[in-house]
Amino acid sequence: MHIVVCIKQVPDSAQIRVHPVTNTIMRQGVPTIINPYDLFALEEALRLKDRFGATVTVLTMGPPTAAESLRKALTFGADRAVLLTDRYFAGSDTLATSYALSMALKKVAEEFGKPEIVFTGKQTIDGDTAQVGPGIAKRLDYNQLTYIARIVETDTEAGTIKVERRAEGGLQVLETRLPVLVTMLEASNEMRRGSIENALIAARADVVTWNAAAVGIEDLTKCGLRGSPTIVKKVFAPTARTDKAEIVETEGKADAKAAALVEAIFAKAPAVEQELLEQAAHHYV
Amino acid sequence: MAEEKKPAPAGGGRANTKKELPEHFKAYKHVWVAVEIEHGEVHSVSFELLGEGRKLADKRGVELGAVVMGDDRASLDAAASACFEYGADCVYIVQDPALKHYRNETSTKVLTDLVNTYKPEILLLGATNLGRDLAGSVATTLQTGLTADCTELAIDDEGSLAATRPTFGGSLLCTIFTLNYRPQMATVRPRVLAMPDREEGRTGKIIEFDPKLVEEDIITKVLDFIADRDTDKANLPYADIVVAGGLGLGSAENFQLVKELAEVLGAEYGGSRPLVQKGWITSDRQIGQTGKTIRPKLYIAAGISGAIQHRVGVEGADLIVAINTDPNAPIFEFAHLGIVADAVTLLPALTDAFAARLRVNRLAS
Repeated sequence: MHIVVCIKQVPDSAQIRVHPVTNTIMRQGVPTIINPYDLFALEEALRLKDRFGATVTVLTMGPPTAAESLRKALTFGADRAVLLTDRYFAGSDTLATSYALSMALKKVAEEFGKPEIVFTGKQTIDGDTAQVGPGIAKRLDYNQLTYIARIVETDTEAGTIKVERRAEGGLQVLETRLPVLVTMLEASNEMRRGSIENALIAARADVVTWNAAAVGIEDLTKCGLRGSPTIVKKVFAPTARTDKAEIVETEGKADAKAAALVEAIFAKAPAVEQELLEQAAHHYV
Repeated sequence: MAEEKKPAPAGGGRANTKKELPEHFKAYKHVWVAVEIEHGEVHSVSFELLGEGRKLADKRGVELGAVVMGDDRASLDAAASACFEYGADCVYIVQDPALKHYRNETSTKVLTDLVNTYKPEILLLGATNLGRDLAGSVATTLQTGLTADCTELAIDDEGSLAATRPTFGGSLLCTIFTLNYRPQMATVRPRVLAMPDREEGRTGKIIEFDPKLVEEDIITKVLDFIADRDTDKANLPYADIVVAGGLGLGSAENFQLVKELAEVLGAEYGGSRPLVQKGWITSDRQIGQTGKTIRPKLYIAAGISGAIQHRVGVEGADLIVAINTDPNAPIFEFAHLGIVADAVTLLPALTDAFAARLRVNRLAS
């Protein structure tokens, strides 16, 4: 069994700092990590490896420095790392990203065997779109299983997989055929610690590095900014409201401050007070 | 996984930054909402989208369409009437036994076929698990642009959809267009848009669509549905009062103070994103762009600094009250009422003050 886990290297802080005057992103000095949601996908893949002896390949698209995140994934126990990197990918939106990754996955299939399961996290912490996983599934014609809380059963003989999928108001129990693309829900498992043995292997491991041409992309208009149907026209900070918060200024202890705040709240929201009083009355009747 | 997009260089001459809508897309007209139905019930986000879709359709002078899918005639008819009353001019009804439960495979096929047949220029979906699962597949199949989790939708002077969403982890906003592809797709989270007024008795045109589905050909099967136990369900988006805590609480133990105040007010409780990352609260209680968007009558934020991604999740609240030790915290920029104080000492006092106030007034009345 061959499993591929797609990961992304993201800035460590979800809250990237913005220069207060120029409104530009201050990226310098922000350390990078594996997108935290992807770790649930990686752990799930490693569990399948433990059970079925699967081979786990980690794949990322990004700048050459994204190799660090791949090595990190190797320390947890992944077997092989593939980096897809090319300046033609710069500015890719989700459609262009899923195109490039799906081409890389086809190349992975050719070189190392067709993956029965491709995992991704449910979304990234920097883009937050949750669109790339479904995009890959569609392009590879894999059955799509998103927001998976638990893999109940994987039957490699029969080529089936049974999962619990997070839906509105409950869990959907689904069964489908391999190959599948699975996006794992957060907290669906707990990430293992990397071993020293794996860390040593990871440090020496070769990261397979491919550019657009290497994965068979001939039509570069499908990549990067040019291959992206969405266009970012404007990036801006939200306008400050003209009326800032009315500050309740009270000297004294917490009790005095709390009393003044309650007064101020109910003065501004008399309807809320009325409803609370009615509910309170109802309780005591 | 999505690469962050950089703003296109001004006048950079890139082929796709100018509007050059190909001829075959010019027939695309009308605004559509893909309605979310689970277990016979329409998700409120679909009505919120119809309210916004109505405004966009009016501005463009086109129809507002709603797509409803399912297996049960009675619930589809009920959903269609509700869509008309919330602003739809036309409802596309897709009835098939294979559509009893949501499945990516069936819904993607149906929605893609409908779009290719009737050619809407704008297609809106809820940014729920269902909507995001479906939108990504449909946009990839149609090879068109999709903007996730929008906080604002508008039509620009040229008639293009301007979809605004937070970017760079929620520290800035960006406006995204899909100029040269149709339909222009966007998802919006529940409660980001206001619920429109319901116009009783309003009606419109119904178009029945035969999806030609054959259950035997569908690979994915729904075996069961395990409903959540009511007790552990957080209903933050639709709560009237919400109390939330942030890193200013200092420790996981102090989060209890938020719960105690919520209890006295009969409120739902939640927290900012860092609390989820620290494991103080579960992700279903996260308030903000990447968590739940709320529109309560009263929102009390204790020890939350007010990053943009939090702000966009709470801006719809009628009254925002901020408690923070830092008078320069961004939350005071968008709160209506604020107090500079340590949440850890103020919260218990506030809980007592509310309790006393409600008790005293009850006795008096």
